[in-house]
Amino acid sequence: MADKPAKVLIRRHSGVTRLTHWLNVLALSLLLMSGLQIFNAHPALYWGAKSTFDQPWVSMKKEEIDGEPRGITTVGGMRFDTTGVLGWSGPEGAREQRGFPSWATAPSYRSLADGRRWHFFFAWLFVVNGLAYWLWSLGRGHIQRDLLPARDQLSPRHILHEIVTHARFQFPKGEEARRYNVIQKLTYLAVIAVLLPLMVLTGLSMSPGFNATAPGLVDVFGGRQSARTIHFLSASAIVLFVVVHLVLVVASGFWNNIRSMITGRYAIDVEGDRA
Amino acid sequence: MSLDRRRWLTAAGATLGSLWLAGCDRLAANSTFNGVLKVAEQWTKGAQRAVTDRKALAKEFTAADLSKDFKANGTMRPQDPEYLALLATNFASYRLEIGGLVEHPLSLSLAEVRATPSRTQITRHDCVEGWSSIGKWKGARLSALLDRAKLKPQARYIVFHCADTLDPSATDGTGRYYESIDLIDAYHPQTILAYQMNDATLPVRHGAPLRLRVERQLGYKQAKYVMRIEAVASLDGIGRGSGGFWPDRGYEWYAGI
Repeated sequence: MADKPAKVLIRRHSGVTRLTHWLNVLALSLLLMSGLQIFNAHPALYWGAKSTFDQPWVSMKKEEIDGEPRGITTVGGMRFDTTGVLGWSGPEGAREQRGFPSWATAPSYRSLADGRRWHFFFAWLFVVNGLAYWLWSLGRGHIQRDLLPARDQLSPRHILHEIVTHARFQFPKGEEARRYNVIQKLTYLAVIAVLLPLMVLTGLSMSPGFNATAPGLVDVFGGRQSARTIHFLSASAIVLFVVVHLVLVVASGFWNNIRSMITGRYAIDVEGDRA
Repeated sequence: MSLDRRRWLTAAGATLGSLWLAGCDRLAANSTFNGVLKVAEQWTKGAQRAVTDRKALAKEFTAADLSKDFKANGTMRPQDPEYLALLATNFASYRLEIGGLVEHPLSLSLAEVRATPSRTQITRHDCVEGWSSIGKWKGARLSALLDRAKLKPQARYIVFHCADTLDPSATDGTGRYYESIDLIDAYHPQTILAYQMNDATLPVRHGAPLRLRVERQLGYKQAKYVMRIEAVASLDGIGRGSGGFWPDRGYEWYAGI
């Protein structure tokens, strides 16, 4: 058949998915930035129940090296000079000791009290929004239908094929683009079912009040300082996910993706012989 | 992706980023937005009160868990003349005053405080900054002291007035440390006025001669250098009215998270 591929607009995202997605963008952005503000009050991480102040596994601080202040970040036993970004940052001449730089924190100036207030406010938005998403998605079969991989997607051969084509920035076209590919499905599931709930649970585990209510939870994470570390690592994993997500959004058709997350309509090419 | 497009996206991203940051700081200064945040603070407190059993105990640890480097924060050594005078005599003339809405105001020596029914507990101290230390505390049960003084029915909060001026720049007299808790926490079995830490006399940097331990809340509630306990019906008119030195400066009064 010589027919040219026809562009067809399909309904990709429901209204609830779109709304909760953008509310989540807002909540997670501000949770991250206010979280870094809170982290800056004590820019060090530990494992276990208590802090071992001379042995943090991560720390960011200012050190005088040859009479010059430098930002030094340690991870495990390794030291990195992170002047200007971590430990010692700000405009030339007005640098200050702080874990993360002012452009990464909310508010930009140092205020643990404001950071906490913002964090808990957006935590409420995040939790209510997340629960609404989960209830709706389970109730309407969105998770089961769109996010759980189909049987044919789980064959090792298919998964390998998807990894190879992803690495080449080639994305499914035509009929295959009607559904999420298997890497996409597994990644989204890992984020919504593992990372995001982990943020809430490790966050609650840092609350001395909640610890008294549910002492088992903080112990599951290995103690309060471990919970704080896992909260930080899980947030880092979400940041990594967002970076990859944005790169792939741009690479796989920026406007088409953006339109589908705003209006719900997603264009696919349907070839004449397959339509 | 073409270079032009990439440049456009970068520029758009940078512009949005700086607008976003400026927006955050403007919001932080906006009173309506702060009002909304305050509402969320009430939800947070309400949720904690709703899910937490009033009598639930904070976890108690073992001697093996004790921190060797328990961090001191806030005032390390009060410079207030009254305190220095007491310290010079090793608190021989110290009196713990208990007053306000009570039937029998008390003025107790340290020996009398030590003779009060006590409790010993190894607990985790969680600073609002994010760190934790584990210490062993022995102190007089606050409930026993309050029962002795007998609260009047109007009493709703217990205020702890401290000896240390943490903010000397506050010229209106609100630079002095204080804290307050409600009666649920005041009568909680783990709420004590500690005079021993790790089996030794409470050191100055940790609040000698008496420090409040109100487990299940953050470190800034654990008022050091306690001089006077006052039962009140309302927190208005004390300090700047928010119930504590740090709550007056934007921190949550109920510090369970």
